[in-house]
Amino acid sequence: MSETEENEQQETGTLPLDAWHRGKGARMVEFAGYWMPIQYNKETGGGIVAEHEWTRSNAGLFDVSHMGQLMVTGDKAAEELEKLLPGAIATLKPGRVRYSLLLNDEGGILDDLMVTNATPWIEGDEDAGTEGHWGEPAYYIVVNGAMKWDDIAHLREHLDDDVTLTHMDDYALVALQGPNAATALNRIMRGVPEQLVFMQSLEHDFGEWPLRITRAGYTGEDGFEISVPAEFAESLCDRLCAEIEVRPAGLGARDSLRLEAGLPLYGHDMTDTVDPVSADLAFALTKKRRETGGWMGFEAVKTLMESGPKERRVGLALEGRLPAREGAEIYAGDDKVGRVTSGGFSPTLGHPIAMGYVDVAHADAGTDLEIMVRNKRLAAKVVTLPFVPHNYYRGS
Amino acid sequence: MARYFTEEHEWIDVEGDSATVGITDYAQGQLGDIVFVELPEVGSMIDKGKDAAVVESVKAASDVYAPISGEVMESNEALEEDPALVNTSPEETGWFFKMTIGDKSELEGLMDAKAYKSFCDSL
Repeated sequence: MSETEENEQQETGTLPLDAWHRGKGARMVEFAGYWMPIQYNKETGGGIVAEHEWTRSNAGLFDVSHMGQLMVTGDKAAEELEKLLPGAIATLKPGRVRYSLLLNDEGGILDDLMVTNATPWIEGDEDAGTEGHWGEPAYYIVVNGAMKWDDIAHLREHLDDDVTLTHMDDYALVALQGPNAATALNRIMRGVPEQLVFMQSLEHDFGEWPLRITRAGYTGEDGFEISVPAEFAESLCDRLCAEIEVRPAGLGARDSLRLEAGLPLYGHDMTDTVDPVSADLAFALTKKRRETGGWMGFEAVKTLMESGPKERRVGLALEGRLPAREGAEIYAGDDKVGRVTSGGFSPTLGHPIAMGYVDVAHADAGTDLEIMVRNKRLAAKVVTLPFVPHNYYRGS
Repeated sequence: MARYFTEEHEWIDVEGDSATVGITDYAQGQLGDIVFVELPEVGSMIDKGKDAAVVESVKAASDVYAPISGEVMESNEALEEDPALVNTSPEETGWFFKMTIGDKSELEGLMDAKAYKSFCDSL
């Protein structure tokens, strides 16, 4: 590395919950430019597998404050966002959340994100004679930590000057995930969980803490993402972890949980050279907008949808115990037909699993393939994602 | 029987002309939950400082280096069934392989328990 490059390297940042993690015996690693907890102390029930299993059976608390929290406001906000996102934003109702993508002109994925219609309801005032009404349109967007600076630049470049983009960098974001997340949260914030189903969001003032609570996550489990001003983040986490169902969980468990849930990770399972059709993310392209277009990357994606992709993201279940990691080559007989983009050992299933891209001729569920790991060929079968069924709460 | 340690966190028990090799408690703690151990084939020759085994944790794959040169005499079959032995008993039942000692002078550069402890404390 040359000296100039060294000078340009940014120092690893610390996030609002840094001291809180260290106090819990977390092992901190550099991730997306920040010190982040990969796992907690073994002596207090931590460790990747323990945290993974706790989240699947109770509730794990994850710090995801490295992610970018953005707010786009203005009368034309939805219209402007629709120029960049392939999903329907204008018809997204207040309090609703949608998974979407940022694409480049070639249809490559710049990032994946969650967008919430956060338009506030303004209460009427009888004395002043005003009626209740929706305030200025606002869209709350959560993007990947490693991509946030590029995303902000991209949005600033392409969004009209009439809309305002705010980087909420004075907020922390935590995710409470697991089958007992709602029970635990309801004990602290009575009545809040029942107001939400999967992919809904609300603002909630808990005492002096103005929170945004969204029923979503990245583990496949029911759960909530809570956006909190940095100054209250530690108190919120202490409050959550005081519940018997809740234990902190680190990045390691987050990765194994999302892999089991078949959820792609940006920079690995999708990149700017991969399109949403090959990535099996066409569900993020709202049906109507696939026809009308008007979003960046539309022409390229339209061509691909007509011709069909050459390869597709698939799930792979491996025999034995040896995991195949990112970069491992996938074979059908002597032919190389794909590559692994994420892989590891599934604590829930007890065998290795992977996601990867495979030529469409070999991408159907049930296809037997082989993955090369250190000159050994491991038997693998294409399986339907997710590996472990999702457990989202969609209403009783 | 004398036990030596390497800076790569392997331990080696020397008994006459043969030795038993494993990874230290510190190493297993760093690696986290171990799901698979790939051991060298019995009869293969391994070279000091070169890859001898691979440990797969939930997180990642890590190489284990040969602390000395020699021939692999036996590998710990128990690890095939239960790789987590490396987490629960890294310095006893979780041993990796037994080997011949090709060159006794190679042992000279290794640390004893006390030196290894202060090495770990300095990390």
